[in-house]
Amino acid sequence: MTILVDKNTRLLVQGITGREGEFHSRRMLAYGTNIVAGVTPGKGGQSACDGKVPVFDTAVEAVEATNPNVSIIYVPAYFTPDAVLEAADAGIPLVVCITEGIPVLDMIRVRAYLDQVGVRLVGPNCPGLLSPGETKVGIMPGHIATPGPVGVISRSGTLTYEVIYALTARGIGQSTCVGIGGDPIIGTTFMDALEMFENDPQTEQVVLIGEIGGTDEERAAQFIAERMTKPVVAFIAGRTAPPGKRMGHAGAIIQGGTGTAAEKIAAFEKVGVPVAEYPEQIPDLVAQN
Amino acid sequence: MKLHEYQSKRLFAEHGVPIPPGDIAATSKKARRIAEELGGPVVVKSQVLVGGRGKAGGIRLAKTPDEAEAIADEILGLEIKGLPVRKVLVDKAADIRQEIYLGIVVDRAARRPVMMASSEGGVEIEEVARVNPEAIKKVAINPFLGLRDYQALALSKGIGLAKEHYRAFARIAHGLYEAFVACDASLAEINPLVVTGAGKLLAVDGKMVLDDSAFFRQTDLMDMRDVDEETPSEQEAREADLSYVQLDGDIGCMVNGAGLAMATMDIIKHFGGAPANFLDIGGGAKAEQVATALRIILDDPGIKAVLFNIFGGITRCDEVANGILAAFEEVEPTVPLVARLVGTNDAEGRAILEASDFRLITAETLADAAQKAVAAAKGQ
Repeated sequence: MTILVDKNTRLLVQGITGREGEFHSRRMLAYGTNIVAGVTPGKGGQSACDGKVPVFDTAVEAVEATNPNVSIIYVPAYFTPDAVLEAADAGIPLVVCITEGIPVLDMIRVRAYLDQVGVRLVGPNCPGLLSPGETKVGIMPGHIATPGPVGVISRSGTLTYEVIYALTARGIGQSTCVGIGGDPIIGTTFMDALEMFENDPQTEQVVLIGEIGGTDEERAAQFIAERMTKPVVAFIAGRTAPPGKRMGHAGAIIQGGTGTAAEKIAAFEKVGVPVAEYPEQIPDLVAQN
Repeated sequence: MKLHEYQSKRLFAEHGVPIPPGDIAATSKKARRIAEELGGPVVVKSQVLVGGRGKAGGIRLAKTPDEAEAIADEILGLEIKGLPVRKVLVDKAADIRQEIYLGIVVDRAARRPVMMASSEGGVEIEEVARVNPEAIKKVAINPFLGLRDYQALALSKGIGLAKEHYRAFARIAHGLYEAFVACDASLAEINPLVVTGAGKLLAVDGKMVLDDSAFFRQTDLMDMRDVDEETPSEQEAREADLSYVQLDGDIGCMVNGAGLAMATMDIIKHFGGAPANFLDIGGGAKAEQVATALRIILDDPGIKAVLFNIFGGITRCDEVANGILAAFEEVEPTVPLVARLVGTNDAEGRAILEASDFRLITAETLADAAQKAVAAAKGQ
């Protein structure tokens, strides 16, 4: 069944005429994603991707004309908070934000507003969503994935692809791959995605890929113990990360002694979730379940 | 980005937080002149971006300008936790009767800025959190409404502050939050906020950490960067827009993706090696990027091997292989290299690398690559 996005997804691409938007929209279309419209202020009336996608000036106009139910944002960080709010106010219930580098205080405000109006955000600073065989809303390479029973939730980009690639090579397919992103303030947490996978009939197991920083993994471990019946396998990146340094992702930082890989690994092991020593062990652990 | 005490206090002062009179000195002579102008006892405080300055002898009281000069002379020669003291702050000494902690931090779980206060000022807040967490009073600040007066009152009462200080405390709390927002901080701390003998509140120390993602709208604050805190390689990497952290091992890493880069460091350690750095070259792995990254890694004379770990999703591995070889034309590799390319066209990519003249060891799995890198670093 997949979660969040499937073959019924009608996608709006905000920033479709920009370099990233154009490039990834072509790939999404090639994968079979139903992109119904794009938004670039000032380019309304044009079309993108060799005439396949109509472009509008505003999200409201795009919604009136084409009725998207998901929006994806490929807009520079400076404009992204506004773009997310625009999508929410135009009535789109799910917004996927690829953009990296959004100021934390902006994200605190955006997320607080989205909570008030009941709009779900995935990201920011994420590769988006991939439901193999159904739709791709983001930048994950589709050809490395295959439909199947394992849900994948990750804070990373290429590390996620590594894991998907390894699972596929082992003949283990994926229901939906969810990139929740590498920022400290995000729209969808591990817990949120675990709950969705728990309620998804297609998903039988979940692979969770975490990293240093914050306490999302610890809360996920508690959720797993209290509310999940489906098995989970975890991997945590950053065992060798030094404290106080930002390791690429804005959210990947050990601060005030908290957010270490060791703590997260301990939290998962305590509730019976096996933690792989390195990524290539994950398919073995999944196969054992 | 971390700011020094003097920078943080000046920013707090711009938003109405009272700070001691004082000034910065890079020489002991200047320290003396400041002490003379201030009159009376002064505190000479090293300005370095680490905690524990006091314990390291970097914060000392001087009763006279002569003493101030002598103390500044000693402190300016110090290295505290590896950082050279290049400046001291000379502040008028305060008559301290009580020390309070007041700080704001972004609480990720709550998704709010949280203001914390405690009557245990002058102690590291993490220490208080460990030993006496009930002493810390917190309020979550609504991002649309800001800090409410009743919240400042709740904090004052919570830490047992005397009633006559409530108004001054509230003004300081509001000022601190204003500074936090105006500067796009992720941390703003006054530790200690003191009650003086004259019954005034005064921010005797200050600390701020700024959100790097907000720099595009904080250009003035960017100019305050202290490059001493970074190693020369980290500085070069930052200027080249590469994500890089120096560690102390001997196996250099070049990876596309932050999570994958961390996992690569981890697996090197797992197989008995020591990673020398974290380096995320981002998407594409073009020759230009690879060359710059390789130069930065090889600048470290202790490097004994370099491990490339590239996942080619949209970027094809044969393109990556050609990019790596082109980079070697610019920066000659001086140590064994292990290259692991996986993903789209990975077999083609490996073949290109194997056919080249450079001494490149290829691997298919990450485990294999890590083990080969560890062996290569040992000279095997």
